[in-house]
Amino acid sequence: MTTEAIREGVVGQPIKRVEDRRLITGRGRYVDDIQLPGLAYMAILRSPYAHANIKSIDIEVAKSMPGVLDVIVGADVPYNPLPMAWPAGGSAGIQNNVSTPRALATDGVKWNGEGVAAVVAETAEQAADAVEAILVDWEPLPTVVDAEKATQPGAPQLHSTAPNNIVFEWSVGDRDGTAKAIDAAEVVVKQRLVNQRLIPNPMETRGDVGMYSPGTDEYTIWMSSQTPHIQRLLLAAFVMGVPEHKIRCISPDVGGAFGTKIFCYPDYPLVLLASKRLNGRPVKWIEGRRENYQSTIHGRDHITYLEIAGKKDGTIDAVRVKTYANLGGRLSTIGPGIPTTLYARVLSGCYKIPKVYAEVVGVYTNTVFVDAYRGAGRPEATYVIERAMDLFAAEIGMDRAEIRRRNFIPPDAFPYENPSGLGTASGGAKIYIDSGNYEPALDKALATAGYANLATSKAEARRRGKYLGMGLSTYIEVCGVAPSKWIGAVGEGWGAAMWESANIRVHLTGKVVATVGTQPQGQGHETTYAQVVADELGVPMEDVIVQHSDTQGTPFGYGSYGSRTSSVGMTAAIKAAGKIKDKAKRYAAHMLEASVEDIEVNGADYFVRGSPEKKKTIQEIAFALDLAFDAPEGMEPYLDETAYHDTPNCTWPFGTHIAIVEIDEATGEVDLLRYIAVDDVGKKINPLIVDGQLHGGIAQGVGQALWEAAIYGEDGTLQSGSMLDYALPRAEWLPAFELDETVTPSPVNPLGVKGVGEAGAIASTAAVANAVNDALAPFGIRHLDMPLSAARIWAAMQAAGKGSSGSNGSSSSNGSNGSGGKEAQA
Amino acid sequence: MIPAAFDYSRASTVDEALALLMEHGADAKLIAGGQSLLPYMKLRLARPDRLIDIGRIDSLRGVRALPDGRLAIGALTTYAQLLDEPKVMGLALLADALPRIADVQVRNRGTIGGAIAHADPAADIPAVLLALDAEVVARSAHHGERTIPIGEFFEGAFSTALTPDELLTEIRVPSPSGSYGSAYRMLEQPASGFAIAGVAAVIGQTGGFSADAPIDDVRVAVTGVGERPYRAAAVEDALRGTKLGSAAIGNAVGAITDGVEVQGDIHADVAYRTAMAGVMARRALEAARERLNE
Repeated sequence: MTTEAIREGVVGQPIKRVEDRRLITGRGRYVDDIQLPGLAYMAILRSPYAHANIKSIDIEVAKSMPGVLDVIVGADVPYNPLPMAWPAGGSAGIQNNVSTPRALATDGVKWNGEGVAAVVAETAEQAADAVEAILVDWEPLPTVVDAEKATQPGAPQLHSTAPNNIVFEWSVGDRDGTAKAIDAAEVVVKQRLVNQRLIPNPMETRGDVGMYSPGTDEYTIWMSSQTPHIQRLLLAAFVMGVPEHKIRCISPDVGGAFGTKIFCYPDYPLVLLASKRLNGRPVKWIEGRRENYQSTIHGRDHITYLEIAGKKDGTIDAVRVKTYANLGGRLSTIGPGIPTTLYARVLSGCYKIPKVYAEVVGVYTNTVFVDAYRGAGRPEATYVIERAMDLFAAEIGMDRAEIRRRNFIPPDAFPYENPSGLGTASGGAKIYIDSGNYEPALDKALATAGYANLATSKAEARRRGKYLGMGLSTYIEVCGVAPSKWIGAVGEGWGAAMWESANIRVHLTGKVVATVGTQPQGQGHETTYAQVVADELGVPMEDVIVQHSDTQGTPFGYGSYGSRTSSVGMTAAIKAAGKIKDKAKRYAAHMLEASVEDIEVNGADYFVRGSPEKKKTIQEIAFALDLAFDAPEGMEPYLDETAYHDTPNCTWPFGTHIAIVEIDEATGEVDLLRYIAVDDVGKKINPLIVDGQLHGGIAQGVGQALWEAAIYGEDGTLQSGSMLDYALPRAEWLPAFELDETVTPSPVNPLGVKGVGEAGAIASTAAVANAVNDALAPFGIRHLDMPLSAARIWAAMQAAGKGSSGSNGSSSSNGSNGSGGKEAQA
Repeated sequence: MIPAAFDYSRASTVDEALALLMEHGADAKLIAGGQSLLPYMKLRLARPDRLIDIGRIDSLRGVRALPDGRLAIGALTTYAQLLDEPKVMGLALLADALPRIADVQVRNRGTIGGAIAHADPAADIPAVLLALDAEVVARSAHHGERTIPIGEFFEGAFSTALTPDELLTEIRVPSPSGSYGSAYRMLEQPASGFAIAGVAAVIGQTGGFSADAPIDDVRVAVTGVGERPYRAAAVEDALRGTKLGSAAIGNAVGAITDGVEVQGDIHADVAYRTAMAGVMARRALEAARERLNE
């Protein structure tokens, strides 16, 4: 397991993805590609109302429609509601008033799009037609879609068990100490920040095929899921009451997920029930795009009251936030965990801030549930702290890079435990920030961006009728969330462990099958696992195949999310390879008539120390040991080893992103001119894949800053209900990203990797938002909420131009800013 | 995303199409490229009982110059074909607008006739044709052929002067003598790509170019702003007879939404849309002025 050996092989090489041949030539196999004899099709009737009681449902007409095989309503479903696996843990206060969806609603609907009935028919077209023939007698109820308003007196109430629509009130950090520090501070800056709701938009919507086998009383489900093993556990033990070994979950190729496919969804038990009711005919349900917008989880949706306090020399003493987190009409699988553990506990970012206190109120509203979307809590935290640093710098008149530099956790402070951080695992082990060195990334990014010439660039833009702005985001994030003993001890995990698994077999022909518990959704795991295993065993990469995502035949794993696969899953693969090598060494000793202590390994070669000509290759050893004609006493045939890995700690990637924007004075349009990203993701298994992950993540984060917004009307109708009204970023709107790196290996895994799946999305939103706000500073605009659309910016410029505040929702404790006077207005 | 059931007929000739329209009339929808109609049908916002597919009537495809110099554009000519057509791309206004319409796939299928028959109030082509003073040729089995001035064609959002038995066959673009400049400027709604405000401007000196003479032909058409595309008569009146100086343009475009009920939505409220109509009008007029003698 020496890293020296790894470096000489394919790990670290920019190898093209082996899965791309099938995926980009249309030969992938997604859920909708599954064809089975007798396949029937399901469509779901979704509520047109955001809040309503169901007085009655008339299914008679629908049942008589052509091709209709079955119509199912909530009362027909014998299963439990879906589980909620990650309650907000720790502190006191109102705790986790849990209401989760059922396969079909029985007690009324809580959002526009909640499923109330399902039709199964011979064709998808017939199912879609028959769904329209179901007659529901609705009793519409008052609605509330805003998390802060939902907690106020008189707001419509969603659940009798959750007074004032509060799911939980949770806090972390030193409340009294933070209050004292803020009261005593030289400077305090306050701001209300809205982190708007987003629709994740994977290219492949969700979908399932359910099949019940009457002969064996077993269930099989093909699902577009990030977590097939977890889904089997949840469906068996919590939802359906079916023994776990009687359910098989298969995730075929998954066309993107961004977190949305981690969770347990109502359609999983529904397709299985539908198949059972048809005595085993397989049933397919494929989500339409509009349906995806209405019924798959959304992301973000925070309203935050921020206070940041410190000294005029730029030292930050304390940060206090109160955040209202919109969790939707019912709770998704780990909804409460996102704005608590994954947001509030990383709120201090890469800064050494002595006092941090965060209150989070989880709230029900008449909207679809909110859960993890790429970054999950960390983009929200990064946005808050990076806006806070800019606001504080502006208040005291300090350079924005300088204030960051001044407050960075210094490189000699690692491992570093932050004051509101992830806490202590059972047995006393601390969850700490593993490693970091933040200034080199900042310096590199500043140099590339030409930060020193910013004033000149701004003046030049003004001559063209533009306002130029530059924004910094010196982000940090937590990846590879672990270990299990922390998840269990703090009570803030998702009620499950956090290890990973891998099985490696070396077949008689020397070809290697690696079977893993994680589940790719576009990250290229079939390539990167093969790189790692090939190097560990000294075999060519093309001799390794990576299998995954089927509970039948893969070891249990917790799946892929939270940028955890490389740190946790690939360490399990390295351990399994280590076991293979140990056994191969013992057999090589037998073959070479040497003592096992004298066997040395170099790549594929196992030789007697001092006599390199006396050697056997891993392929020769596998051949002989698979035949086992000459196996020594006590040695089992075959090279087949499984390993489980529970990582000792999380990993903490970091870096500096810089966005440079220009704003058109007449229209408010933002043009993203340049984007510079210096990321430290530790060591890289495949730099090409790392760059691809960064590109996609940055684009998504820019999308939030400038264009994307899920908008519900006051009546709870999803107004941004299709791609005609929900603006995803387009390649032509983005500049060529300027990527660079620093490399600080993580000490918590043998590869030294930190994870990269979310970094781009975590960093870029704040960088672009800071750049736009910087560009608007000449108008006296201190802060604008996202998305920083042309219309919003234009309105703010107009308001500022007319002498009003123009700082949408801002407030200032010390009253010296936000004056709104224009300074450099043309 | 599955349309409601519908019947389907394919017409191979104009006469077949007219006969099918006679038979099915208001219950049927013509489909050409399908780039607007099919998405609406998939969302079940449109539910025609029957589609009459005219997509393979080759006689309705292509661009030709009429003897009097006018350009005749067949209704089924796709955006992609227009982009490849020098006679079309020679008109600066169309050269501005066509490359911005949707994406390559849509431009390969979508037709100019379909675009105006669909009459989306934020589409680009209607404003362009309004500013060009185009004519629409329609034919029916009963009444034969008639010509509809483009100014009378758009009656409201998704509503035109075409009767249920009529087939739009051709669009004719005049070729006035004199010196002309034109431009199209639009602010895009980022999700749909349709206009928050789009303005097509045509300006001319009918007696030929003269740096000292006033502009005596001004046409300004607006899309995305009202419930239908319109000519901004107040702006045209204010600028006709001027030399189209920047100050004159700046003053005139303040009237760009006069008499129009400006629409507001989640992307742009009435104030923003009104202001952007003015900005786009100014930019289109200034660009047209630059091109006057090209």
